[in-house]
Amino acid sequence: MLKIARFLENYKKQVILGPIFKLIEAIFELIVPIIMAKIIDIGIQNKDVSYVLKMGFLLIIIGIVGLSCSLVCQRYSAIASQGFGTTVRNELFSHINTFSYKEIDKFGTPSLITRIINDVNQLQFAVAMLIRLVVRAPFLAIGAIIMAMILDFKLSLIFLITAPIIVAILYIIMHKSIPYFRSMQKKLDNISLITRENLEGVRVIRAFSNQKNEEARFNDASDDLSNTAIKVGKLSSLLNPLTYIVLNFSIIAIIWFGGIRVDVGYLTQGQLIAFVNYMTQILLALIVVSNLVIVFTKASASASRVNEIFETSSSIIENTSNELDLNYKNNTYEEALDLNISNKIQPLYTDNRSSKSIDNILPKIEFKSVSFSYKDSEKYSLENISFKIYPKETIGIIGGTGSGKSTLINLISRFYDASDGKIFIDGHDLKEYPLSQIRNKIGLVPQNLVLFAGTITENIQFGNIKATNEDIKRALEIAQSSEFVDKLPEGYDTPLDQGGKNLSGGQKQRLTIARALACNPEILILDDSFSALDFATDAKLRKALKNETKNNTTVIIVSQRIATIKNADKILVLDDGNLVDIGTHNDLFNRCDIYKEIYLSQNKLEKEGN
Amino acid sequence: MKKSSTLYRLLSYTKPYKIYLLGAIISAFISISLTLYGPILVGNAIDLIVGAGNVHYNKIFEILIILGFTILISSFFQWTLSILTTTITQKTVKDIRTAAFNKLNTLPFKYIDSNAHGDIISKIVNDVDAVSDGLLQGLTQLFTGLITIILTLAFMLSISPVIALVVILVTPLSLFVASFISKHSNKMFKEQSKTQGELSGFIEEMIGNQKIINAFNYEQTSINKFKEINSRLYDCGVKSQFYSSLANPSTRFVNGVVYASVGVIGTIYAILGTISIGDISCFLTYANQYTKPFNEVTGVIAQLQTAFSSAKRLFDLLDEKSEYNDFETSVNKETCIGNIEFSNVCFSYNKSRNLIENFNLKVQSGNTIAIVGPTGSGKTTLVNLLMRFYEINSGTIKIDGTPISNLTKDSLRNLFGMVLQETWLYTGTIRDNISYGKKDATNEEIIDAAKKAKAHTFIMKLPNGYDTLISEGGSNISAGQKQLLCIARVMLVNPPMLILDEATSSIDTRTEINIQEAFNKIMLGRTSFIIAHRLSTIRQADIILVLKDGQIIEQGNHDELLSQNGFYNELYNSQFAVN
Repeated sequence: MLKIARFLENYKKQVILGPIFKLIEAIFELIVPIIMAKIIDIGIQNKDVSYVLKMGFLLIIIGIVGLSCSLVCQRYSAIASQGFGTTVRNELFSHINTFSYKEIDKFGTPSLITRIINDVNQLQFAVAMLIRLVVRAPFLAIGAIIMAMILDFKLSLIFLITAPIIVAILYIIMHKSIPYFRSMQKKLDNISLITRENLEGVRVIRAFSNQKNEEARFNDASDDLSNTAIKVGKLSSLLNPLTYIVLNFSIIAIIWFGGIRVDVGYLTQGQLIAFVNYMTQILLALIVVSNLVIVFTKASASASRVNEIFETSSSIIENTSNELDLNYKNNTYEEALDLNISNKIQPLYTDNRSSKSIDNILPKIEFKSVSFSYKDSEKYSLENISFKIYPKETIGIIGGTGSGKSTLINLISRFYDASDGKIFIDGHDLKEYPLSQIRNKIGLVPQNLVLFAGTITENIQFGNIKATNEDIKRALEIAQSSEFVDKLPEGYDTPLDQGGKNLSGGQKQRLTIARALACNPEILILDDSFSALDFATDAKLRKALKNETKNNTTVIIVSQRIATIKNADKILVLDDGNLVDIGTHNDLFNRCDIYKEIYLSQNKLEKEGN
Repeated sequence: MKKSSTLYRLLSYTKPYKIYLLGAIISAFISISLTLYGPILVGNAIDLIVGAGNVHYNKIFEILIILGFTILISSFFQWTLSILTTTITQKTVKDIRTAAFNKLNTLPFKYIDSNAHGDIISKIVNDVDAVSDGLLQGLTQLFTGLITIILTLAFMLSISPVIALVVILVTPLSLFVASFISKHSNKMFKEQSKTQGELSGFIEEMIGNQKIINAFNYEQTSINKFKEINSRLYDCGVKSQFYSSLANPSTRFVNGVVYASVGVIGTIYAILGTISIGDISCFLTYANQYTKPFNEVTGVIAQLQTAFSSAKRLFDLLDEKSEYNDFETSVNKETCIGNIEFSNVCFSYNKSRNLIENFNLKVQSGNTIAIVGPTGSGKTTLVNLLMRFYEINSGTIKIDGTPISNLTKDSLRNLFGMVLQETWLYTGTIRDNISYGKKDATNEEIIDAAKKAKAHTFIMKLPNGYDTLISEGGSNISAGQKQLLCIARVMLVNPPMLILDEATSSIDTRTEINIQEAFNKIMLGRTSFIIAHRLSTIRQADIILVLKDGQIIEQGNHDELLSQNGFYNELYNSQFAVN
């Protein structure tokens, strides 16, 4: 929990001054019983009404001063605790943004949300309590003991026996509840997971009329949570009665032994009342302390959940030193050239186009014996892949479900690091680039049709804030979206729902393509990005892409449709994680069985009717 | 909704736990009256300690024995009170949470599609949590507080009516302070709770789509947006926290005033000889105890406020209009022949633009209907209407002559097996997911369905086969594999009619051929609807509907449509036109 305290740095003033003001109030509060003892002892003995009134007035003054000090403290605590929470939330969110998928998968989005919101709230509350009560409550307890000692040292020994017993009770109960608080948090995560699944799968759930089962599943999770909550509630229910018993029995002791002390003449009646008052004050203070312990126990569970995020660093280690100077020829470049030469000696798969390039042009993208598995020790999703893509080429990647197409794309954008082998862009190892530089080069159209809440313009500008209206218009035109966007009542300013739910699948897909185009990428990657389009739109779009991008962009198209990639300069055929062959459509058709099989399967289906 | 009715509604959730509530009330009465009896005993004992050489040990001993028992009994009932209130709170909160979740299952698709999921989740997690905190503290403290106030007044009146009167006169001050504070913090709490929901929705959207954020270097922009919302949260957070934290010191001040007045007036009365010093001691303790409940109640105002605005948000969710309920006259249709008729169907998602107008279609039992058309032409909408995910604006849809609006929704939906483009699996094993529509399926049936869907081979390759856990969002298997599982899920149920909405678009064509065969087998003799972009998959359909802008522009089988040289012909040929 201490680690998280670093976020309080900007609020030193409040954190230090707040408790001091609270302390002043507490000191006044401790004086009150003594004044009251005097009122009773002196006032009654001397029958002095004006003295009583004078002291009563003093009590009110003390109250007012105490109130003002307290208000200052509350103000400070609000500023410091909310400020602290705000800082932690900002830092958390920024930190999560450095995560790669691996880490996000590990936590899960719902858990990250509860951590940013609920756990930080818990911490925020703890900070407020820290400022308001952590000094005040123990001070009142200890102060009351000291005041009692001043009144009568021997009688105050009762306090010294009582206090440790109470502390022991508090400690044992708290210690036992901590594990429950942790498991409650996990169960809460589960609740939010099921809720989210139900929202996302609403069509399937209702299509199967499975609402009842889902309700039962939620009910189990909910039961689980509330049972734990009740268990921990029962445990902490012991706290108040036990402390009450201990304190009141010590009041009994005070009266008995106090009686003896009065009998001997060491103590007055008024002082005895003050003693009882201090005892009550200790009780109140210790109850506050015990509540504080609960708050801090919860907070420490929350702190460790928050720290878990801070301590997780991205598995992708970024080169954050200066931007890469691309004119600088380093070993990697030489190595790349070496590889070219060795490839030339043993041409694996070549066609005229690339062999022409080999001698003098640096490949745009190169994979050198790349293998990859999502989890250590698992079967490789990609195995020993090597190939080169030259600038301005259009590359098709084809292969069955699970053949590793999307994985390959993920590696180019460095969403994951290769388990083995190296990947180069423009002759430099990917790991030499700052991540943002790689991603600036790449325009990605992902498989998932994700758009964000905001206007169409905002969505197209997503990767390139500077995109002008013309840029946007051009991107929309190439992506065959102008037609439907223009028809919308609000045109470019049409607001989209979260995830773009107010558009059809095909419309969303075209906007995701426009979004990538608006970045003017050097490398455009289309990951199965025509799947939601009908063939007519698909063809038009590809034609527009070809015309618009032929001069400066390297295009990679992942698809399952032969028609989509048939005219690519090179086609990579993947099967079960292996690169089976590279070549043009004609080459492959003649020599690659798998390619031929895919081709025939589609053509058989498509031509049969004719 | 007014606050009082929110409270009333919250309390109505405690009804099933009346017995617990009764137990809690009895416990509270016993423990509080005994707790209050304590100071009287202490006062009596102090009166027996008059001064040096004037202490009555025997009587003090008797009183202290009674006091000891009082304490033990009182603390026992404190314990039962605390257990009972915890139980009531947790059970009530569980009921509210369940009610809110069950409500989700009845909400119309429009609500779910147009509200940020993070926001809805936040209602079920954070708001319920806030209600639980508020309710737990509020319930216990309001309740014990009120009893304490009433009993204290009674005890005080019995000792000295005049001093009691002084205490009562100060009471309005407490109430005034409390209401002043709650008025000011209430507004801020609502604001805070709203902003928190906004923040949570934003996190959901951004972190859920981390890949896109990374791919477009959007991190900084997203962080800036986050900071903006967060700083608004800070502003209302500071205000609401400050206002609500005024409660404690203010009531403590009032407390001090009461304490001083009781001390001063009590002493004056003692000087006059009307009451004893023991009585003053007793009164001073009461003075503390009397204002303590006000103190506590205002102390939990913060939590109560949050609980109230959270409860309001929850009730708003609960008050959302549900999907049209089944009527009592609704028919439970178990089997069907499969004749479907659309007549004069009109529909729009928003009132400004009609999507489907006067749509008419007759489908014979056993026919395969393919729906093609440009994106946005209303293909999926037809499915939404047929499944009653959305209700038609006018016209009728009939199955075997019965309007679907006369069928129970569950039985209607059970008539169809549906495979969608967007795959959905839940956190559970592969076995659980395949048997989603038929919980009592045997192992053989499950494997058989998986084989039909060509999923068996890849499942067997997974580390734990059919018991492999699908992690959240199914990130441990590929999109195509997920789709195969979704297909197996439908294969197992063996429904009388089928809807395939782009069911195979994320599967490679080699596998697709196999699955297509399986589909062809189960489609035999069943009315089926197929939406597809790959025209290859629909060639054999009995009727192909070509939709454009919500209208059927062409209709017929493959050959007929090709020979019409119309839109279909254009669509069909475009897939071979490569440039």
